[in-house]
Amino acid sequence: MIPLAALFPLAIALPRIAFWGLAAVAVLAALGVVLHRNPVVEALFLVVVLLAVAGIYALMHAWFLAVLQVIVYAGAIVVLVTFVIMLLNLGPEARGGPGVLTVVLGALLALGLAGLVGRAAAGFGPRAAGAAWNPQFGRVAAMGKALFGAWFWPFEVVSLALLAALVGAVVVAKRRLEE
Amino acid sequence: MDAVLLVATVVKVTVIVLAMVSLVPILTWVERRGSGIIQLRLGPNRVGPFGLFQPLADGIKFFFKEDIVPPFVHRPTYVLAPGISLCAAILALAVLPLAGSFEVAGRTIPAAIADVDAGVLLLLAASGLGVYGILVAGWSSNNKYSLMGGLRSSSQMISYELGLSLAVISVLVFCGTLRPVEIVEKQAAGLWNVVFLPVGFLVLLVAGFAETNRLPFDLPEAESELVGGYHTEYSSMKFSMFFMAEYVNMIVSAALLVTLFLGGYSVPAFIRGPLGLTGNLLAAAELLSFALKVGFFLWFFVWVRWTLPRFRFDQLMGIGWKVLVPLGFLNIAWAAFLVAVLGVTP
Repeated sequence: MIPLAALFPLAIALPRIAFWGLAAVAVLAALGVVLHRNPVVEALFLVVVLLAVAGIYALMHAWFLAVLQVIVYAGAIVVLVTFVIMLLNLGPEARGGPGVLTVVLGALLALGLAGLVGRAAAGFGPRAAGAAWNPQFGRVAAMGKALFGAWFWPFEVVSLALLAALVGAVVVAKRRLEE
Repeated sequence: MDAVLLVATVVKVTVIVLAMVSLVPILTWVERRGSGIIQLRLGPNRVGPFGLFQPLADGIKFFFKEDIVPPFVHRPTYVLAPGISLCAAILALAVLPLAGSFEVAGRTIPAAIADVDAGVLLLLAASGLGVYGILVAGWSSNNKYSLMGGLRSSSQMISYELGLSLAVISVLVFCGTLRPVEIVEKQAAGLWNVVFLPVGFLVLLVAGFAETNRLPFDLPEAESELVGGYHTEYSSMKFSMFFMAEYVNMIVSAALLVTLFLGGYSVPAFIRGPLGLTGNLLAAAELLSFALKVGFFLWFFVWVRWTLPRFRFDQLMGIGWKVLVPLGFLNIAWAAFLVAVLGVTP
Protein backbone atom coordinates (compact mmCIF):
# COMPACT_ATOMS: atom_id res chain seq x y z
CA MET A 1 0.00 0.00 0.00
CA ILE A 2 1.21 3.54 -0.74
CA PRO A 3 2.09 5.38 2.48
CA LEU A 4 -0.08 8.43 2.99
CA ALA A 5 2.92 10.74 3.25
CA ALA A 6 3.86 9.89 -0.33
CA LEU A 7 0.62 11.45 -1.50
CA PHE A 8 1.35 14.75 0.22
CA PRO A 9 3.08 16.52 -2.69
CA LEU A 10 0.23 15.43 -4.95
CA ALA A 11 -2.34 16.87 -2.54
CA ILE A 12 -0.43 20.16 -2.51
CA ALA A 13 -0.07 20.25 -6.31
CA LEU A 14 -3.69 19.38 -7.12
CA PRO A 15 -5.21 22.87 -6.79
CA ARG A 16 -2.44 24.30 -8.98
CA ILE A 17 -2.95 21.61 -11.64
CA ALA A 18 -6.69 22.22 -11.45
CA PHE A 19 -6.25 25.97 -11.88
CA TRP A 20 -4.07 25.73 -15.00
CA GLY A 21 -6.31 23.05 -16.43
CA LEU A 22 -9.43 25.13 -15.90
CA ALA A 23 -7.77 28.27 -17.22
CA ALA A 24 -6.65 26.46 -20.37
CA VAL A 25 -10.13 25.03 -20.90
CA ALA A 26 -11.70 28.48 -20.42
CA VAL A 27 -9.41 30.13 -22.98
CA LEU A 28 -9.70 27.33 -25.56
CA ALA A 29 -13.48 27.23 -25.21
CA ALA A 30 -13.64 31.02 -25.54
CA LEU A 31 -11.76 30.67 -28.83
CA GLY A 32 -14.33 28.05 -29.80
CA VAL A 33 -17.16 30.51 -29.10
CA VAL A 34 -15.62 33.03 -31.47
CA LEU A 35 -14.25 30.78 -34.18
CA HIS A 36 -16.77 27.98 -34.58
CA ARG A 37 -19.32 28.33 -37.39
CA ASN A 38 -22.29 26.53 -35.86
CA PRO A 39 -24.38 28.70 -33.47
CA VAL A 40 -25.47 25.78 -31.27
CA VAL A 41 -21.90 24.56 -30.86
CA GLU A 42 -20.83 28.12 -30.05
CA ALA A 43 -23.49 28.32 -27.33
CA LEU A 44 -22.21 25.02 -25.90
CA PHE A 45 -18.64 26.36 -25.92
CA LEU A 46 -19.94 29.35 -23.97
CA VAL A 47 -21.32 26.95 -21.37
CA VAL A 48 -17.88 25.34 -21.11
CA VAL A 49 -16.28 28.78 -20.55
CA LEU A 50 -18.79 29.58 -17.80
CA LEU A 51 -18.27 26.20 -16.11
CA ALA A 52 -14.48 26.56 -16.20
CA VAL A 53 -14.69 30.02 -14.61
CA ALA A 54 -17.09 28.60 -12.01
CA GLY A 55 -14.48 25.93 -11.32
CA ILE A 56 -11.85 28.63 -10.70
CA TYR A 57 -14.23 30.33 -8.25
CA ALA A 58 -14.69 26.99 -6.50
CA LEU A 59 -10.89 26.61 -6.25
CA MET A 60 -10.90 29.91 -4.33
CA HIS A 61 -13.49 28.33 -2.00
CA ALA A 62 -15.98 30.92 -3.26
CA TRP A 63 -18.64 28.21 -3.46
CA PHE A 64 -21.59 30.54 -3.57
CA LEU A 65 -20.18 32.58 -6.42
CA ALA A 66 -19.32 29.38 -8.33
CA VAL A 67 -22.79 27.93 -7.88
CA LEU A 68 -24.52 31.18 -8.81
CA GLN A 69 -22.41 31.36 -11.95
CA VAL A 70 -23.64 27.90 -12.94
CA ILE A 71 -27.30 28.44 -11.98
CA VAL A 72 -27.73 31.90 -13.48
CA TYR A 73 -25.47 31.88 -16.53
CA ALA A 74 -25.01 28.25 -17.54
CA GLY A 75 -28.33 26.97 -16.19
CA ALA A 76 -30.67 29.79 -17.21
CA ILE A 77 -29.37 32.39 -19.62
CA VAL A 78 -27.44 30.19 -22.05
CA VAL A 79 -30.23 27.58 -21.95
CA LEU A 80 -32.57 30.28 -23.25
CA VAL A 81 -30.02 31.34 -25.88
CA THR A 82 -29.62 27.74 -27.04
CA PHE A 83 -33.38 27.31 -27.02
CA VAL A 84 -33.92 30.29 -29.29
CA ILE A 85 -31.15 29.23 -31.67
CA MET A 86 -32.73 25.78 -31.94
CA LEU A 87 -36.24 27.18 -32.46
CA LEU A 88 -34.99 29.45 -35.25
CA ASN A 89 -33.11 26.44 -36.61
CA LEU A 90 -30.12 28.54 -37.67
CA GLY A 91 -27.69 26.88 -40.03
CA PRO A 92 -23.93 27.35 -39.92
CA GLU A 93 -22.66 30.87 -40.62
CA ALA A 94 -21.98 31.67 -44.25
CA ARG A 95 -18.30 31.55 -45.15
CA GLY A 96 -16.61 34.51 -46.75
CA GLY A 97 -14.03 37.14 -45.87
CA PRO A 98 -14.99 40.12 -43.71
CA GLY A 99 -15.26 43.56 -45.32
CA VAL A 100 -12.69 46.34 -44.88
CA LEU A 101 -14.86 48.22 -42.37
CA THR A 102 -15.28 45.09 -40.23
CA VAL A 103 -11.54 44.46 -40.18
CA VAL A 104 -10.67 48.05 -39.22
CA LEU A 105 -13.37 48.35 -36.54
CA GLY A 106 -12.56 44.87 -35.23
CA ALA A 107 -8.85 45.66 -34.97
CA LEU A 108 -9.58 48.94 -33.13
CA LEU A 109 -11.94 47.22 -30.68
CA ALA A 110 -9.48 44.38 -30.12
CA LEU A 111 -6.67 46.86 -29.40
CA GLY A 112 -8.85 48.80 -26.96
CA LEU A 113 -9.94 45.63 -25.18
CA ALA A 114 -6.38 44.32 -25.00
CA GLY A 115 -5.27 47.65 -23.51
CA LEU A 116 -8.02 47.50 -20.87
CA VAL A 117 -7.29 43.89 -19.92
CA GLY A 118 -3.56 44.61 -19.83
CA ARG A 119 -4.05 47.61 -17.57
CA ALA A 120 -6.29 45.61 -15.22
CA ALA A 121 -3.87 42.66 -15.17
CA ALA A 122 -0.86 44.93 -14.52
CA GLY A 123 -2.78 46.29 -11.55
CA PHE A 124 -3.33 43.04 -9.70
CA GLY A 125 -0.47 40.75 -10.67
CA PRO A 126 2.13 40.94 -7.89
CA ARG A 127 -0.06 42.77 -5.39
CA ALA A 128 -2.57 39.95 -5.07
CA ALA A 129 0.20 37.52 -4.16
CA GLY A 130 1.30 39.63 -1.21
CA ALA A 131 -2.07 40.97 -0.04
CA ALA A 132 -4.07 39.16 2.63
CA TRP A 133 -6.76 36.95 1.11
CA ASN A 134 -10.24 37.40 2.47
CA PRO A 135 -11.46 33.87 3.31
CA GLN A 136 -15.07 35.05 3.15
CA PHE A 137 -14.72 36.03 -0.51
CA GLY A 138 -17.67 34.72 -2.54
CA ARG A 139 -19.27 32.93 0.41
CA VAL A 140 -23.00 33.08 1.14
CA ALA A 141 -22.84 35.46 4.09
CA ALA A 142 -20.38 37.86 2.46
CA MET A 143 -22.28 37.96 -0.83
CA GLY A 144 -25.61 38.44 0.96
CA LYS A 145 -24.28 41.32 3.05
CA ALA A 146 -22.76 42.98 0.00
CA LEU A 147 -25.94 42.63 -2.07
CA PHE A 148 -28.35 43.78 0.62
CA GLY A 149 -25.99 46.26 2.27
CA ALA A 150 -23.53 48.34 0.29
CA TRP A 151 -24.87 47.45 -3.14
CA PHE A 152 -28.59 47.39 -2.30
CA TRP A 153 -29.68 50.33 -4.50
CA PRO A 154 -27.56 49.52 -7.57
CA PHE A 155 -28.81 45.92 -7.33
CA GLU A 156 -32.47 46.98 -7.18
CA VAL A 157 -32.03 49.44 -10.07
CA VAL A 158 -30.50 46.70 -12.23
CA SER A 159 -33.45 44.40 -11.41
CA LEU A 160 -35.86 47.18 -12.40
CA ALA A 161 -34.00 47.70 -15.68
CA LEU A 162 -34.26 43.96 -16.41
CA LEU A 163 -37.97 44.02 -15.58
CA ALA A 164 -38.49 46.98 -17.91
CA ALA A 165 -36.69 45.13 -20.70
CA LEU A 166 -38.89 42.08 -20.09
CA VAL A 167 -42.12 44.10 -20.20
CA GLY A 168 -40.88 45.88 -23.31
CA ALA A 169 -40.22 42.57 -25.04
CA VAL A 170 -43.74 41.38 -24.22
CA VAL A 171 -45.29 44.60 -25.54
CA VAL A 172 -43.32 44.43 -28.80
CA ALA A 173 -44.16 40.75 -29.30
CA LYS A 174 -47.84 41.37 -28.60
CA ARG A 175 -48.12 44.26 -31.03
CA ARG A 176 -46.65 42.08 -33.75
CA LEU A 177 -49.15 39.32 -32.92
CA GLU A 178 -52.09 41.70 -33.23
CA GLU A 179 -50.98 43.00 -36.61
CA MET B 1 -5.76 19.89 1.37
CA ASP B 2 -3.92 17.16 3.24
CA ALA B 3 -3.29 13.57 2.20
CA VAL B 4 -5.86 11.89 4.46
CA LEU B 5 -8.59 14.17 3.17
CA LEU B 6 -7.52 13.45 -0.41
CA VAL B 7 -7.70 9.67 0.10
CA ALA B 8 -11.02 9.97 1.97
CA THR B 9 -12.48 12.07 -0.84
CA VAL B 10 -11.37 9.65 -3.54
CA VAL B 11 -12.87 6.74 -1.58
CA LYS B 12 -16.13 8.63 -1.00
CA VAL B 13 -16.47 9.60 -4.65
CA THR B 14 -15.84 6.04 -5.80
CA VAL B 15 -18.18 4.41 -3.30
CA ILE B 16 -21.06 6.86 -3.78
CA VAL B 17 -20.95 6.90 -7.57
CA LEU B 18 -20.66 3.12 -7.82
CA ALA B 19 -23.44 2.63 -5.27
CA MET B 20 -25.78 4.99 -7.12
CA VAL B 21 -25.02 3.55 -10.54
CA SER B 22 -25.55 0.00 -9.30
CA LEU B 23 -28.82 1.08 -7.71
CA VAL B 24 -30.11 1.82 -11.21
CA PRO B 25 -30.50 -1.82 -12.37
CA ILE B 26 -32.20 -2.66 -9.07
CA LEU B 27 -34.59 0.24 -9.63
CA THR B 28 -35.45 -0.96 -13.12
CA TRP B 29 -36.29 -4.35 -11.62
CA VAL B 30 -38.47 -2.71 -8.94
CA GLU B 31 -40.12 -0.61 -11.63
CA ARG B 32 -40.97 -3.59 -13.85
CA ARG B 33 -42.06 -5.94 -11.09
CA GLY B 34 -43.95 -3.09 -9.41
CA SER B 35 -45.78 -2.26 -12.62
CA GLY B 36 -46.61 -5.98 -12.87
CA ILE B 37 -48.13 -6.02 -9.40
CA ILE B 38 -50.07 -2.80 -9.96
CA GLN B 39 -51.43 -3.91 -13.34
CA LEU B 40 -52.26 -7.45 -12.15
CA ARG B 41 -49.69 -9.18 -14.32
CA LEU B 42 -46.41 -10.92 -13.65
CA GLY B 43 -43.63 -8.72 -14.98
CA PRO B 44 -40.19 -10.20 -15.73
CA ASN B 45 -39.97 -13.47 -13.79
CA ARG B 46 -37.88 -15.84 -15.91
CA VAL B 47 -34.27 -14.80 -15.30
CA GLY B 48 -33.24 -15.87 -11.81
CA PRO B 49 -35.45 -15.94 -8.71
CA PHE B 50 -38.32 -13.42 -9.07
CA GLY B 51 -36.65 -12.21 -12.26
CA LEU B 52 -33.88 -10.61 -10.17
CA PHE B 53 -31.22 -11.19 -12.82
CA GLN B 54 -33.29 -9.51 -15.52
CA PRO B 55 -31.39 -6.17 -15.16
CA LEU B 56 -28.14 -8.11 -15.67
CA ALA B 57 -29.49 -9.59 -18.88
CA ASP B 58 -30.66 -6.12 -19.95
CA GLY B 59 -27.22 -4.70 -19.24
CA ILE B 60 -25.51 -7.36 -21.36
CA LYS B 61 -28.03 -6.71 -24.10
CA PHE B 62 -27.29 -2.96 -24.02
CA PHE B 63 -23.57 -3.63 -24.33
CA PHE B 64 -23.87 -5.92 -27.32
CA LYS B 65 -26.54 -4.06 -29.26
CA GLU B 66 -25.30 -2.36 -32.40
CA ASP B 67 -24.38 1.23 -31.63
CA ILE B 68 -26.09 3.04 -34.48
CA VAL B 69 -25.11 6.62 -35.32
CA PRO B 70 -27.54 7.84 -37.97
CA PRO B 71 -25.77 9.46 -40.96
CA PHE B 72 -27.31 12.94 -40.73
CA VAL B 73 -26.66 13.70 -37.05
CA HIS B 74 -24.26 16.37 -35.83
CA ARG B 75 -21.77 13.80 -34.67
CA PRO B 76 -19.69 15.48 -31.90
CA THR B 77 -22.70 16.79 -30.01
CA TYR B 78 -24.70 13.64 -30.68
CA VAL B 79 -22.02 11.57 -28.94
CA LEU B 80 -21.61 14.12 -26.15
CA ALA B 81 -25.28 14.47 -25.15
CA PRO B 82 -25.76 11.24 -23.14
CA GLY B 83 -22.56 12.02 -21.24
CA ILE B 84 -23.81 15.50 -20.32
CA SER B 85 -27.06 14.02 -19.00
CA LEU B 86 -25.37 11.37 -16.88
CA CYS B 87 -22.63 13.69 -15.56
CA ALA B 88 -25.11 16.37 -14.52
CA ALA B 89 -27.19 13.74 -12.71
CA ILE B 90 -24.17 12.32 -10.89
CA LEU B 91 -22.81 15.80 -10.03
CA ALA B 92 -25.77 16.36 -7.73
CA LEU B 93 -24.70 13.41 -5.59
CA ALA B 94 -21.59 15.32 -4.45
CA VAL B 95 -23.40 17.36 -1.83
CA LEU B 96 -25.99 14.87 -0.56
CA PRO B 97 -25.26 13.91 3.04
CA LEU B 98 -26.01 10.17 3.23
CA ALA B 99 -25.12 10.05 6.92
CA GLY B 100 -23.51 12.27 9.56
CA SER B 101 -19.81 11.54 9.83
CA PHE B 102 -17.69 8.44 10.14
CA GLU B 103 -14.65 8.11 12.38
CA VAL B 104 -11.64 6.69 10.59
CA ALA B 105 -8.22 6.49 12.23
CA GLY B 106 -9.21 9.00 14.91
CA ARG B 107 -10.45 11.56 12.39
CA THR B 108 -14.00 12.62 11.71
CA ILE B 109 -14.83 12.24 8.03
CA PRO B 110 -18.14 13.74 6.86
CA ALA B 111 -20.12 11.30 4.74
CA ALA B 112 -21.01 13.87 2.07
CA ILE B 113 -18.33 14.25 -0.61
CA ALA B 114 -18.37 18.04 -0.41
CA ASP B 115 -19.71 19.87 2.62
CA VAL B 116 -19.85 23.36 1.17
CA ASP B 117 -21.77 26.41 2.32
CA ALA B 118 -23.84 26.55 -0.87
CA GLY B 119 -24.57 22.82 -0.95
CA VAL B 120 -28.29 22.92 -1.64
CA LEU B 121 -27.78 25.38 -4.48
CA LEU B 122 -25.26 23.02 -6.10
CA LEU B 123 -28.11 20.53 -6.46
CA LEU B 124 -30.14 23.14 -8.33
CA ALA B 125 -27.14 23.98 -10.50
CA ALA B 126 -26.68 20.31 -11.41
CA SER B 127 -30.31 19.93 -12.39
CA GLY B 128 -29.99 23.09 -14.47
CA LEU B 129 -27.11 21.54 -16.40
CA GLY B 130 -29.10 18.36 -17.03
CA VAL B 131 -31.26 20.35 -19.45
CA TYR B 132 -28.32 20.59 -21.86
CA GLY B 133 -28.08 16.83 -22.30
CA ILE B 134 -31.69 16.67 -23.45
CA LEU B 135 -31.55 19.85 -25.52
CA VAL B 136 -28.35 18.79 -27.29
CA ALA B 137 -29.62 15.25 -27.87
CA GLY B 138 -32.80 16.56 -29.45
CA TRP B 139 -31.01 19.04 -31.67
CA SER B 140 -28.05 16.92 -32.76
CA SER B 141 -30.28 13.99 -33.78
CA ASN B 142 -31.49 16.08 -36.73
CA ASN B 143 -34.95 14.60 -36.46
CA LYS B 144 -38.23 16.50 -36.02
CA TYR B 145 -39.54 14.22 -33.27
CA SER B 146 -36.27 14.40 -31.37
CA LEU B 147 -36.08 18.19 -31.65
CA MET B 148 -39.69 18.61 -30.49
CA GLY B 149 -39.07 16.17 -27.65
CA GLY B 150 -35.91 17.99 -26.63
CA LEU B 151 -37.54 21.42 -26.72
CA ARG B 152 -40.60 20.21 -24.83
CA SER B 153 -38.53 18.47 -22.26
CA SER B 154 -36.24 21.41 -21.63
CA SER B 155 -39.12 23.88 -21.42
CA GLN B 156 -40.76 21.54 -18.92
CA MET B 157 -37.60 21.27 -16.84
CA ILE B 158 -37.00 25.04 -16.89
CA SER B 159 -40.61 25.70 -15.84
CA TYR B 160 -40.60 23.22 -12.99
CA GLU B 161 -37.15 24.23 -11.80
CA LEU B 162 -38.84 27.46 -10.74
CA GLY B 163 -41.32 25.66 -8.48
CA LEU B 164 -38.54 23.42 -7.20
CA SER B 165 -36.27 26.36 -6.39
CA LEU B 166 -39.07 28.21 -4.60
CA ALA B 167 -39.75 25.17 -2.42
CA VAL B 168 -36.05 24.84 -1.65
CA ILE B 169 -35.78 28.56 -0.82
CA SER B 170 -38.57 28.26 1.76
CA VAL B 171 -36.48 25.66 3.61
CA LEU B 172 -33.38 27.85 3.38
CA VAL B 173 -35.32 30.78 4.84
CA PHE B 174 -36.76 28.61 7.59
CA CYS B 175 -33.48 26.93 8.57
CA GLY B 176 -31.27 29.96 7.95
CA THR B 177 -28.55 27.91 6.27
CA LEU B 178 -27.65 26.50 2.85
CA ARG B 179 -25.60 23.64 4.21
CA PRO B 180 -27.46 20.30 3.84
CA VAL B 181 -25.81 18.86 6.96
CA GLU B 182 -26.97 21.81 9.09
CA ILE B 183 -30.50 21.56 7.68
CA VAL B 184 -30.61 17.91 8.74
CA GLU B 185 -29.12 18.61 12.17
CA LYS B 186 -31.70 21.35 12.85
CA GLN B 187 -34.51 18.96 11.98
CA ALA B 188 -32.98 16.23 14.13
CA ALA B 189 -32.94 18.58 17.12
CA GLY B 190 -36.57 19.65 16.68
CA LEU B 191 -39.36 18.66 14.32
CA TRP B 192 -39.13 17.82 10.63
CA ASN B 193 -39.59 20.72 8.22
CA VAL B 194 -42.62 19.05 6.64
CA VAL B 195 -44.57 19.85 9.84
CA PHE B 196 -43.95 23.58 9.40
CA LEU B 197 -43.89 23.81 5.61
CA PRO B 198 -46.35 21.21 4.27
CA VAL B 199 -47.08 23.25 1.13
CA GLY B 200 -43.40 23.47 0.28
CA PHE B 201 -43.14 19.70 0.62
CA LEU B 202 -46.01 19.17 -1.82
CA VAL B 203 -44.57 21.66 -4.32
CA LEU B 204 -41.18 19.93 -4.21
CA LEU B 205 -42.82 16.51 -4.58
CA VAL B 206 -44.77 17.52 -7.69
CA ALA B 207 -41.82 19.41 -9.19
CA GLY B 208 -39.66 16.35 -8.53
CA PHE B 209 -41.86 14.23 -10.80
CA ALA B 210 -41.56 16.81 -13.56
CA GLU B 211 -37.82 17.26 -13.14
CA THR B 212 -37.25 13.54 -13.55
CA ASN B 213 -39.51 13.49 -16.64
CA ARG B 214 -41.65 10.73 -15.18
CA LEU B 215 -45.35 10.06 -15.48
CA PRO B 216 -47.67 11.91 -15.06
CA PHE B 217 -45.21 14.45 -16.51
CA ASP B 218 -43.37 12.32 -19.07
CA LEU B 219 -44.40 14.48 -22.03
CA PRO B 220 -40.85 14.48 -23.47
CA GLU B 221 -41.25 10.87 -24.42
CA ALA B 222 -44.97 10.75 -25.10
CA GLU B 223 -44.81 7.75 -27.45
CA SER B 224 -48.08 8.45 -29.20
CA GLU B 225 -46.95 11.93 -30.27
CA LEU B 226 -43.17 11.98 -30.30
CA VAL B 227 -42.04 8.35 -30.81
CA GLY B 228 -39.30 8.30 -28.16
CA GLY B 229 -38.80 12.03 -27.66
CA TYR B 230 -35.26 13.36 -27.46
CA HIS B 231 -33.65 9.91 -27.41
CA THR B 232 -35.46 8.50 -30.45
CA GLU B 233 -32.23 8.21 -32.46
CA TYR B 234 -30.15 6.73 -29.66
CA SER B 235 -29.40 3.06 -29.25
CA SER B 236 -27.23 0.71 -27.24
CA MET B 237 -25.20 2.18 -24.34
CA LYS B 238 -25.90 5.76 -25.43
CA PHE B 239 -29.61 5.17 -24.85
CA SER B 240 -28.72 3.35 -21.66
CA MET B 241 -26.88 6.43 -20.37
CA PHE B 242 -30.02 8.56 -20.74
CA PHE B 243 -31.90 5.81 -18.99
CA MET B 244 -29.38 5.75 -16.13
CA ALA B 245 -29.47 9.54 -15.88
CA GLU B 246 -33.24 9.40 -15.43
CA TYR B 247 -32.96 6.92 -12.58
CA VAL B 248 -30.10 8.78 -10.89
CA ASN B 249 -32.26 11.92 -11.14
CA MET B 250 -35.03 9.98 -9.41
CA ILE B 251 -32.67 9.09 -6.57
CA VAL B 252 -31.51 12.71 -6.29
CA SER B 253 -35.11 14.00 -6.22
CA ALA B 254 -36.05 11.54 -3.50
CA ALA B 255 -32.92 12.36 -1.52
CA LEU B 256 -33.59 16.10 -1.83
CA LEU B 257 -37.15 15.64 -0.50
CA VAL B 258 -35.91 13.55 2.41
CA THR B 259 -33.02 15.88 3.25
CA LEU B 260 -34.98 19.11 3.13
CA PHE B 261 -38.30 18.07 4.60
CA LEU B 262 -38.15 14.67 6.28
CA GLY B 263 -35.20 14.88 8.61
CA GLY B 264 -32.61 13.56 6.15
CA TYR B 265 -30.35 10.92 7.61
CA SER B 266 -31.29 11.66 11.24
CA VAL B 267 -32.23 8.76 13.49
CA PRO B 268 -35.12 9.57 15.88
CA ALA B 269 -34.08 10.00 19.51
CA PHE B 270 -36.40 7.21 20.70
CA ILE B 271 -34.39 4.73 18.64
CA ARG B 272 -30.95 6.26 19.10
CA GLY B 273 -31.30 6.63 22.88
CA PRO B 274 -32.20 3.09 24.06
CA LEU B 275 -29.77 1.41 21.64
CA GLY B 276 -26.96 3.72 22.74
CA LEU B 277 -25.78 4.37 19.20
CA THR B 278 -22.61 6.44 18.88
CA GLY B 279 -19.69 6.83 16.52
CA ASN B 280 -19.59 4.61 13.48
CA LEU B 281 -22.62 2.57 14.64
CA LEU B 282 -24.68 5.75 14.68
CA ALA B 283 -23.38 6.63 11.21
CA ALA B 284 -24.44 3.19 9.95
CA ALA B 285 -27.89 3.63 11.51
CA GLU B 286 -28.14 7.05 9.86
CA LEU B 287 -27.25 5.56 6.51
CA LEU B 288 -30.01 2.97 7.00
CA SER B 289 -32.50 5.66 8.02
CA PHE B 290 -31.67 7.68 4.90
CA ALA B 291 -31.87 4.63 2.65
CA LEU B 292 -35.29 3.65 4.05
CA LYS B 293 -36.75 7.11 3.54
CA VAL B 294 -35.31 7.49 0.04
CA GLY B 295 -36.42 3.94 -0.77
CA PHE B 296 -39.99 4.81 0.14
CA PHE B 297 -40.03 7.75 -2.28
CA LEU B 298 -38.43 5.70 -5.04
CA TRP B 299 -41.27 3.23 -4.64
CA PHE B 300 -43.69 6.16 -4.58
CA PHE B 301 -42.35 7.35 -7.95
CA VAL B 302 -42.92 3.87 -9.39
CA TRP B 303 -46.34 3.62 -7.77
CA VAL B 304 -47.53 6.92 -9.23
CA ARG B 305 -46.10 6.14 -12.67
CA TRP B 306 -48.32 3.09 -13.05
CA THR B 307 -51.38 4.68 -11.44
CA LEU B 308 -51.91 8.06 -13.12
CA PRO B 309 -52.40 8.88 -16.81
CA ARG B 310 -50.29 11.46 -18.66
CA PHE B 311 -51.11 15.18 -18.67
CA ARG B 312 -51.57 17.17 -21.85
CA PHE B 313 -48.72 19.60 -22.52
CA ASP B 314 -50.78 22.74 -21.90
CA GLN B 315 -52.11 21.23 -18.66
CA LEU B 316 -48.56 20.49 -17.61
CA MET B 317 -47.42 24.06 -18.26
CA GLY B 318 -50.57 25.33 -16.50
CA ILE B 319 -49.75 23.38 -13.34
CA GLY B 320 -46.15 24.51 -13.41
CA TRP B 321 -46.74 28.21 -13.85
CA LYS B 322 -50.23 28.82 -12.44
CA VAL B 323 -50.25 26.48 -9.46
CA LEU B 324 -46.73 25.58 -8.33
CA VAL B 325 -45.15 29.03 -8.72
CA PRO B 326 -47.84 30.97 -6.78
CA LEU B 327 -47.94 28.24 -4.13
CA GLY B 328 -44.15 28.40 -3.91
CA PHE B 329 -44.22 32.16 -3.34
CA LEU B 330 -46.98 31.83 -0.72
CA ASN B 331 -44.92 29.17 0.98
CA ILE B 332 -41.86 31.42 1.13
CA ALA B 333 -44.03 34.17 2.64
CA TRP B 334 -45.30 31.63 5.18
CA ALA B 335 -41.75 30.56 6.04
CA ALA B 336 -40.72 34.21 6.49
CA PHE B 337 -43.81 34.79 8.65
CA LEU B 338 -42.92 31.79 10.82
CA VAL B 339 -39.33 32.96 11.32
CA ALA B 340 -39.77 36.72 11.56
CA VAL B 341 -43.18 37.17 13.23
CA LEU B 342 -43.88 34.01 15.21
CA GLY B 343 -40.22 33.34 15.93
CA VAL B 344 -40.58 29.63 15.17
CA THR B 345 -37.37 27.78 14.35
CA PRO B 346 -36.99 24.11 13.49
